Amino acid sequence: MLSATALSCIRGERRLFSGLDLDVGPGEWLHVQGENGAGKTSLLRILASLSPPAEGEIRWRGEPIAHLAEDYRRELLFLGHHGAVKEELTPYENLILAARLDGSELDEVEALKALARFGLRGREDLAVRFLSAGQKRRVLLARLAVRKATLWILDEPFTALDVKAVEMLSGLIVEHVTQGGIAILTSHQAIPLPNGKIIMVGA
Amino acid sequence: MSNRIVNWFKYASPQSFYPLAGKLIPWFWALAIVFTVAGLYITFFAAPTDFQQGEGYRIIFIHVPAAWMSMFIYIVMAGWAGLGLALNTRLSGMMAQALAPTGAIMAFLSLWTGAFWGKPMWGAWWVWDARLTSALILFFLYIGFIALQAAIDDPRRADKAGAILALVGVVNVPIIYFSVKWWNTLHQGASVSLTKAPTMAATMLWGMLIMALAFWMYSIAVALTRVRAIILEREAHTEWVKDLPEVQGAKQ
Amino acid sequence: MNATLAPILAIIRRDLLLAMRRKSEVLTALFFFIIVVSLFPLGIGPETALLRKIAPGVIWVAALLATMLGLARLFAPDHADGTLEQMVLSPSPLGLLITGKIAAHWITTGLPLVLLAPVLGIQFDLDGGALGIMVVALLLGTPLLSLIGAIGAALTLGLRGGGVLLSLLVLPLYVPALIFGAGAVEAHISGLGAGGHLSLLAALLALAVFFAPWATTAALRIAIE
Repeated sequence: MLSATALSCIRGERRLFSGLDLDVGPGEWLHVQGENGAGKTSLLRILASLSPPAEGEIRWRGEPIAHLAEDYRRELLFLGHHGAVKEELTPYENLILAARLDGSELDEVEALKALARFGLRGREDLAVRFLSAGQKRRVLLARLAVRKATLWILDEPFTALDVKAVEMLSGLIVEHVTQGGIAILTSHQAIPLPNGKIIMVGA
Repeated sequence: MSNRIVNWFKYASPQSFYPLAGKLIPWFWALAIVFTVAGLYITFFAAPTDFQQGEGYRIIFIHVPAAWMSMFIYIVMAGWAGLGLALNTRLSGMMAQALAPTGAIMAFLSLWTGAFWGKPMWGAWWVWDARLTSALILFFLYIGFIALQAAIDDPRRADKAGAILALVGVVNVPIIYFSVKWWNTLHQGASVSLTKAPTMAATMLWGMLIMALAFWMYSIAVALTRVRAIILEREAHTEWVKDLPEVQGAKQ
Repeated sequence: MNATLAPILAIIRRDLLLAMRRKSEVLTALFFFIIVVSLFPLGIGPETALLRKIAPGVIWVAALLATMLGLARLFAPDHADGTLEQMVLSPSPLGLLITGKIAAHWITTGLPLVLLAPVLGIQFDLDGGALGIMVVALLLGTPLLSLIGAIGAALTLGLRGGGVLLSLLVLPLYVPALIFGAGAVEAHISGLGAGGHLSLLAALLALAVFFAPWATTAALRIAIE
């Protein structure tokens, strides 16, 4: 479904990687590995169509993503280093507004259910800046749970999560993949997920 | 026909443009010197003393070409910028970057000489006239362009951001040119016009046109020299730059 | 709802909600505007005739500066917390979302200036007609300031010394708005009629509505790459 051929990436004067091929299909997940500065984040951003590759092509369902544009983005969920969670807003508002930004409406029941699933019951109406770092990350997880996207691209999703939240997130990814979704992720920690493909990034 | 297209694209790469620019620069310098000498001769000896303005008017042989060039260079710069955004060629951004300082100097020169001309004619170094003011804005636009490029470390981003700024600014250049019609102020109306018969003596017109050519050749020569420096700087890590005789010589 | 309007409205609602949560930013710009305008009579002297003459220019210059204050934070928070990335990746066209953000910026900074300007005009002894023209000119001009400013804010996003650089880029581009905006009131006072100035201001606004969101979007894509 998502395939890339002969990708290369240049940052400044430095060539991070070149000739990189990958191919992930429905029900598969891909673990992007490599040393610090090898270009893991750059690869994820290129796959998410945030920055163009120096060379190479990415196809989604056989079509180049540059042509698909919003048809590709509609099926994509990208989670970067920053979670796009607004400190001034409550977790509930964050979910609703993020959904609206994605061009869909989220109903109240579904939003509250997702927040409760990630242990934020009773915190729905508290501005995010009053939450702890771990709780903030949980707001993100709730967003993962409510967003209907086929392709998940997650950059270091396990950072700043406690044991319980790590379990929740891996559960979420397994659920997504077994339902025919695709997940591509980076992680410094060992990932508690079975049967992943692995790709190494770096010269 | 197809041959010619291939040739053009060949010179769009910094590697092949670098030696071409090197070959062209002496010619443009030579032309610039010839035209400057001829133009200055007309300026100081051939052109008659102006009936109303006396000898002081001779500064316009510098002032008018500088003002023309300052506007023209901005348009050329924006043209390169637009080309760079559309075709994603590296050379375009370098050309725009190379032109900016020359344009800024021309704008400054036109303001400076304008003040020299204004003092005896109007009795003031500066008046808030439409064309003066818009020339000042043009100068600020150049400074903004240079400052923005200087603030961005990644040359590709600097090129693209500068290109957008230049395109936004170029919308202002027509406003500058036509401002004299919009606002009715102290400045003289445009003295050289293609539709009406020029109001100045033929020698004066020739002098001004030759000086304009001199400025033109100078600008091209300087911009090409600068673009060669930019190419060397940005491509310093490549093999072809390391193999250049001038780079090899500098190392020893 | 209309497919074009929906993303614009969604962003406007979001940004207004955010502005409500950090009211101090909006109020700071507004008080800055009032204070700058009020300083001029103190510096120049209280002669009514002189004040009436400089009022349009003073109010317009203060409006330019007050708009500048909020510009640096137009995209910076969204850039810092990753929302901008999500906007780029949204299925809605980025240009529409950016148009929404610019509109919200105008509602939170431009519109309050328009509403306050008549009060400040009275301090400068402008008559009813002149105040009316000033409000119309500001209504046409302040969206122009937000639109042009957004380009500068996008170009300087995340750069060293971004705020100062932003003023250097944007203020020269504000000059036509200033000339026609302040000129409209002056033309009315001197009896020439403000129609021409207002038409030119409207033409500039139309040009900017068409051009500025496009340029801003292109600049943001570059900043985010």
